[in-house]
Amino acid sequence: MLSVANLSVSYGAINAVDGVSFAVPAGAIVTLIGGNGAGKTTTLRALSGLLRTRGGSITFDGADLTRLPPHEIVARGLGHVPEGRMIFANLTVDENLAMGAYLQHDRQRIAENRDYVFGIFPRLKERLRQSAGTLSGGEQQMLAIGRALMGSPKFLMLDEPSLGLAPRLVGTIFEKIQEINRSHGLTILLVEQNARLALEVSSHAHVLETGRVVMSGPSAELRADPRLKAAYLGG
Amino acid sequence: MKSLVKKSETLLSVESKIKNPKSKIPGAHVALFAALLMAGGVAFFAGRIDPYHLDVLTNIGINVILAVSLNLVNGHTGQFSLGHAGFMSVGAYLSAAVTLHFVPKLFGEDGGGTLATGALFLAALLTGGLASALAGLLVGIPSLRLRGDYLAIVTLGFGQIIVVMFQNLEPLGGALGLNGIPPYTTVFWVLAFAALTVFTIGCLVRSTYGRGFLAVRDDEVAAAAIGLDTTRYKIVAFVVGAFFAGIAGGLYAHFRLTITPGGFDFTKSIEIVVMVILGGMGNTLGVILAAVLLTLLPEVLRPVAEYRMILYSFLLIMLMLVRPQGLFNFKPGKAKP
Ligand SMILES: Nc1ncnc2c1ncn2[C@@H]1O[C@H](COP(=O)(O)OP(=O)(O)OP(=O)(O)O)[C@@H](O)[C@H]1O
Ligand SMILES: [Mg+2]
Repeated sequence: MLSVANLSVSYGAINAVDGVSFAVPAGAIVTLIGGNGAGKTTTLRALSGLLRTRGGSITFDGADLTRLPPHEIVARGLGHVPEGRMIFANLTVDENLAMGAYLQHDRQRIAENRDYVFGIFPRLKERLRQSAGTLSGGEQQMLAIGRALMGSPKFLMLDEPSLGLAPRLVGTIFEKIQEINRSHGLTILLVEQNARLALEVSSHAHVLETGRVVMSGPSAELRADPRLKAAYLGG
Repeated sequence: MKSLVKKSETLLSVESKIKNPKSKIPGAHVALFAALLMAGGVAFFAGRIDPYHLDVLTNIGINVILAVSLNLVNGHTGQFSLGHAGFMSVGAYLSAAVTLHFVPKLFGEDGGGTLATGALFLAALLTGGLASALAGLLVGIPSLRLRGDYLAIVTLGFGQIIVVMFQNLEPLGGALGLNGIPPYTTVFWVLAFAALTVFTIGCLVRSTYGRGFLAVRDDEVAAAAIGLDTTRYKIVAFVVGAFFAGIAGGLYAHFRLTITPGGFDFTKSIEIVVMVILGGMGNTLGVILAAVLLTLLPEVLRPVAEYRMILYSFLLIMLMLVRPQGLFNFKPGKAKP
């Protein structure tokens, strides 16, 4: 469904992503793991057009996305839940969800998406009129995911959904992610520092280090890999 | 081809969204009606009101238009423009040029009837507003890709370039400016346009499309990530803001009857920025109140008028220390820090 070949992105002279290649098959959950500054966020931002690529290509459903602006990429079904729950703090929960459906013009579809989001995150329905900036961290993460789902994506990129959440809530969010994948067949690219959890829910994984893919394979195999164990799974 | 069709479709739907703002604001229509009624009332009783008070009221109205239109850019959309006086000057000069050119041709010595002069004035104001909007587009397209402080510097530079341009444009009076502009501005015109500005911008930011301005301010990356064309939003805000600044400039020109390039330099822009900050960025009511307050203040402090700029600076410093969310912002967490 998505294939990335030789992707390079730089900030001025710094090569944050340096020749990264990987593919995400339709219906799968694939994860990118790696430590701080490995280039995970940069990769996702390049995929959704928020950053210009320096080299390489991004192909989605057979079409080249490499030079498209973000709104055209979103229109093709690529959803992005950015790192750090970037919700619109001064808008209400309801308005945030409405903004998520910005490119949708079919009212019926928007209503269906809303029901779908409320089915996954009933909490959001209780908080509709609340200003999003006053939500708890967990609720904001739910809203960020719900907002992306409002755009009817075929492919969803999640950037560290576990960031700053209590361990119990992390479990809940990951269950929801799996639920979204199973019930709707939504393809997911998951970026995580929490490698243990990411390897549990994904079928394939790619390990990034200083802008390069250093290890790739089925998640079950990587989980057993001694090198990965030492570096990311705490022994 | 397909993408072109799609573009025009989204443009159409955007327009229909602007035209049908959600009925979330029943107050807006009432407010417009009340303001127009007030404008009519004031105009009707104008003969009995002290001319000095009428002048103050006119100044207030012009400043409300300037502040509310800048608030769309700096407050709602979160872009820091320092060039509002530049747009105002475009409207002032263009509208004055229109009336100065056409009045002798159309009306000769007799000055023309109320209806005829009214129509000419409206046409002149709209010409000024549209020219200013065009200037907004020309400045906005290259500069709105810049962020924060860079944008502030570019718009500041634009404002100064405009001043220098008018100083060197002999057909428009050069450094001496234009004078003998017909006194067409009345309290009615000013209050009616102030009401129209508040109403239009209010409807714009409250419409489904207009929520995008607030989204761009709250988080530009997230707004882009869900498919908003953030650059276009910023340009629309800039162009609409410039249009109303141009209208305000036209009203100002036909009120003062003399305009000089120096009257539109960056101190004027800063004056407007202060109103927006004082009112609480993005808070329309607060910005209106701030415009009223800051117009009245120098009048009240007439004896110390030379110290006005010092007072402004002092006020700004106090404000930043005491009420960083804006003087008239009482909702917690509503303003962006
Ligand atoms: N705007 C920027 N300007 C310059 N350098 C940047 C910028 N953003 C990121 N970088 C650098 O690019 C590299 C990759 O950053 P990136 O945010 O992609 O890492 P990450 O894998 O997402 O890390 P984390 O897990 O901490 O979020 C880092 O070295 C970072 O310092
Ligand atoms: Mg990151």
